[in-house]
Amino acid sequence: MYIRDTIAAVSTPPGNGGIGIVRVSGDQAAFIGDTVFKPVNDGGLASHRFYFGSIIDPESGNVIDEAMVVLMRAPRSFTREDVLELHCHGGWLVVETVLAVVLKCGARLADPGEFTRRAFLNGRIDLVQAEAVMDIIESNTEAALQLAQKQREGLLSKRIDDIRILLIKALALVEAYIDFPEDDLGETDLNLICDRVNSALISINTLISGFDEGRIVREGVSVLIIGKPNVGKSSLLNLLMDENRAIVTHIPGTTRDIIEETVVINGLAVRLLDTAGIRHTEDLVEQEGINRAMDKIPLADLVLFVLDASRPFSSEDQHIFEALKDSKVIAVINKVDIPRKLFMPESISFAAQIDIAARSGTGIENLKLAVCKHFQKDTGIDRRELVAISRSRHRDALNSAENILQKFLSGFDGGKLELQAIDLRDALEVVGSVTGQTTADDVLDQIFSSFCIGK
Amino acid sequence: MMTYDLMYDVIVVGAGHAGCEAALAAARMGCRTMLLTINLDAVALMSCNPAIGGLAKGHLVKEIDALGGEMAKNIDATGIQFRILNTRKGPAVRASRAQADKQLYRLRMKRVLEHQPNLDLKQGEVTALYLEGNELRGVDTRSGIRFIAKTVVVTTGTFMRGLIHIGLTNYPGGRAGDLPSIGLSDQMRTLGFSVGRLKTGTPARLDSRTIDFSKLETQYGDDPPMPFSFSTERITMPQVPCHIAYTNQRSHDIIRSGLDRSPLYAGVIEGIGPRYCPSIEDKVVRFPEKARHQTFIEPEGLETVEVYPSGMSTSLPIDIQIPFYRSIVGLELVEIMRPAYAIEYDYVDPVQLHSSLETKLVRNLYHAGQINGTSGYEEAAGQGLLAGINAALRAKSRDPLVIGRSQGYIGVMIDDLVTLGTQEPYRMFTSRAEFRLLLREDNADLRLRKIGYGLDLVNEQDFAAFVAKRDMIENDLARIATTRISLSEQEVDVLSRLGIEDVQKGTTLEHLLKRSDMTYADLAEMDNVSRETSSVVREQVEIQTKYRGYIDRQLEQVDRAKKMESTAIPVNLDYSSIKGLTTEVREKMEKNRPDTLGQASRIPGITPAAISILAISLKANIWKGTSL
Repeated sequence: MYIRDTIAAVSTPPGNGGIGIVRVSGDQAAFIGDTVFKPVNDGGLASHRFYFGSIIDPESGNVIDEAMVVLMRAPRSFTREDVLELHCHGGWLVVETVLAVVLKCGARLADPGEFTRRAFLNGRIDLVQAEAVMDIIESNTEAALQLAQKQREGLLSKRIDDIRILLIKALALVEAYIDFPEDDLGETDLNLICDRVNSALISINTLISGFDEGRIVREGVSVLIIGKPNVGKSSLLNLLMDENRAIVTHIPGTTRDIIEETVVINGLAVRLLDTAGIRHTEDLVEQEGINRAMDKIPLADLVLFVLDASRPFSSEDQHIFEALKDSKVIAVINKVDIPRKLFMPESISFAAQIDIAARSGTGIENLKLAVCKHFQKDTGIDRRELVAISRSRHRDALNSAENILQKFLSGFDGGKLELQAIDLRDALEVVGSVTGQTTADDVLDQIFSSFCIGK
Repeated sequence: MMTYDLMYDVIVVGAGHAGCEAALAAARMGCRTMLLTINLDAVALMSCNPAIGGLAKGHLVKEIDALGGEMAKNIDATGIQFRILNTRKGPAVRASRAQADKQLYRLRMKRVLEHQPNLDLKQGEVTALYLEGNELRGVDTRSGIRFIAKTVVVTTGTFMRGLIHIGLTNYPGGRAGDLPSIGLSDQMRTLGFSVGRLKTGTPARLDSRTIDFSKLETQYGDDPPMPFSFSTERITMPQVPCHIAYTNQRSHDIIRSGLDRSPLYAGVIEGIGPRYCPSIEDKVVRFPEKARHQTFIEPEGLETVEVYPSGMSTSLPIDIQIPFYRSIVGLELVEIMRPAYAIEYDYVDPVQLHSSLETKLVRNLYHAGQINGTSGYEEAAGQGLLAGINAALRAKSRDPLVIGRSQGYIGVMIDDLVTLGTQEPYRMFTSRAEFRLLLREDNADLRLRKIGYGLDLVNEQDFAAFVAKRDMIENDLARIATTRISLSEQEVDVLSRLGIEDVQKGTTLEHLLKRSDMTYADLAEMDNVSRETSSVVREQVEIQTKYRGYIDRQLEQVDRAKKMESTAIPVNLDYSSIKGLTTEVREKMEKNRPDTLGQASRIPGITPAAISILAISLKANIWKGTSL
């Protein structure tokens, strides 16, 4: 299938690496480069030159990553088309986000081996090279097949199948309605078509909302440790890490920057962020650390708000509490092994509260459990499925299916069914693309098995 | 064996709906043509239901007409009830259907054949193709004459090794009352063709004098009846109604009581029947919860009392048939004039055909109709027309005509057949056409008329009428795109009557027509030029304007597919030499031998990866070819 549209894909191996490259090929490549990339020195992208700058989401204007970007004008490129390469940091989430932005700008996700195919078809590589490439394509496909096979055993495929069946049934009703006007199909209930599409839409939405949760499993969750100075935040971090990573002193304000560490807690990947203690300070460096800590609050999946049981509730605690009103919070009451002076004001309450003594390790297991529970309660979905839906290809497909189906329902009035059938077929195709199934003849089979048709 | 001393360009074997179109097309294209049939009194006979058209089938008939075939004109001249189906749905799925006077239909077609210059109509059973080595030279007949031809079109219908079943009784026959064709399919097997077995059935013919029509619902045709052919001005035949009746629980009990003697359930029938046209016993067994099944009682003609109960085909024994038909309300006293029966016949796997319908095994040999596993007069006629055209083109050493999937249902059907094959009798459905919105009955002429004219199948007068219509449509589309309303008193009147208030001065007529609450008829009330526009132009302008979004989407899809559809795969490509193809893919490709990359991509089990590999190696071969 050789079409001259613009394609994009991550061209570095999957997983977290040092750098991740998103490659774009086609007429739109230069335009996409201008749209998503802002070089530090203004001016367009000259061919075959590396530029340093930031990748931005043109919709929100948000900076996604710092990157090195090169535009290779046709024909001096791998595919002999305009090629744009975005070299970004290798974190999986970053690379996928960059790809998502590129796709939003009009590129289509490349099929396996499509860059090479274009290279060949455009005469960039010769026959001997092409033969080698064929082997590569084949091996890629084998791997993809195996992957698909694995997913087929999982719940995602089951869910996708359920959605497809709903859509096929809806489409079968539409097609039977169109193709057998003289047959006595009984009360072909138009509401039934709507019901089926609605059910499919609900399932799709559930899967899409599972994307972020899938990311949690794959990328890990971020847990921010916050509290006023010297309540034991760094001790807690060390305890969770089982090693002395953060510098622990009794001098308030020791942690001036944000310390980030990844740990696995009961199978859940957690990125722990230890922050500067929040207090009023004249120290500019420390104040900068505090500002950074406060900035991190909305980005964290969960906040551990550490309070000191040996000191009364202060205005600094109150200040932090107010900053956390939109966050998911576990209150960690540290130093419960020394006489308690902390009493919560009536206006302060937490969804979860765990007592610990960081020095002795008391209560730490409870805290770990509470953290895990928090995320499991949030997701409640099978892990295997989470992993599967964490691909942006899946989300891409499901998002467009969602759009199509919503359009279908908003225009549904029982007339123009042949137009609506086009939408349903489109939706079926994109949903099927998640598991790579084809839809040919599925619909006719469904018609014949469900309706008594025949002259 | 006597060798006839005339050399034909095209010999057509079989004068059913495929054969008639094939022979007429070849003769009209100036080829010396002969049409051979087992029974000259059964030319263009409607062996099953006395009707032409229906969903997707009506589309085929209009396409046949646009290309210069005969079917539409024949039904227009002999139809006794015309209806447009699906009028409440959108334009793409509206379809014409007509009841035919079965005998008049046959006789008129025979007359057309007899008066066609370049065409010899002869009776004779073809027992074998005559080959010298691998070269097809002509056909041999049972009466001992060998006819020589450059090309042969085989349209044998249900006749090859036809076997008729009524209960557990069976006997050879091509159709009730006709002899089967014996020998031809055996020879095909020997030549390497994969020959399979299919089954179809037909209901009893009933005596209308013994039916109490007062107990049945009456269904009239449209008034005025709308013709099929773009050349027919109006229908002049007298019009008659059909009637609707229903089976009941007692009918179903009777059916069940005879199942032990059903050749289908007793395993006597090996052929596969169509799912969309099940016998009544099939319906009763597969849908036991259904309390009743509907039947249309269709007249077989104006001068006969025979009627056809549609959907009531059966192969149960006659002692079950009689009480079954009599269990239907209104049919209590009904007399059966011809019993229902099932028929098994040989077909040749259509994946062994090129898109031109020429066989891949024997050059200059073409197959059309039921021999390719299809069912239906319209499907047969569409293939017959294309096979006739391509045989004639071959005789003239010209390139074959292939109708694309985006050009017509004929193209969809042939492409489905040659790429996918078929395991049951293949019938056309609108849902088979991925570009359904582009393939409407109303624009069949816009899609195909020019091709028919280019082949000399459409005469100057018809083509001139078409060109005038096409130009008027284009002019009117351009006009409404540039004509803006001034919100004159007359315009405001019409708009407010329609309850439309959100229209600004300067809005184009096109923009107005796009609205769901505006029709061309409304435009005509507020605009003097629109008022003068003819109804066929109005229809096209309205459809093309209102559905432009969807139509453009489909056109884009067509465009994307074009590259693949136009990439030819060499006939003798050595798939084993292509590195990287899996064994499964290679075997499928070797069996199907698709003509194009597009076809290959539609073969079940052929992965996108395999297509990429093919595309790459094809490109490589082209290079090799040019460098030599």
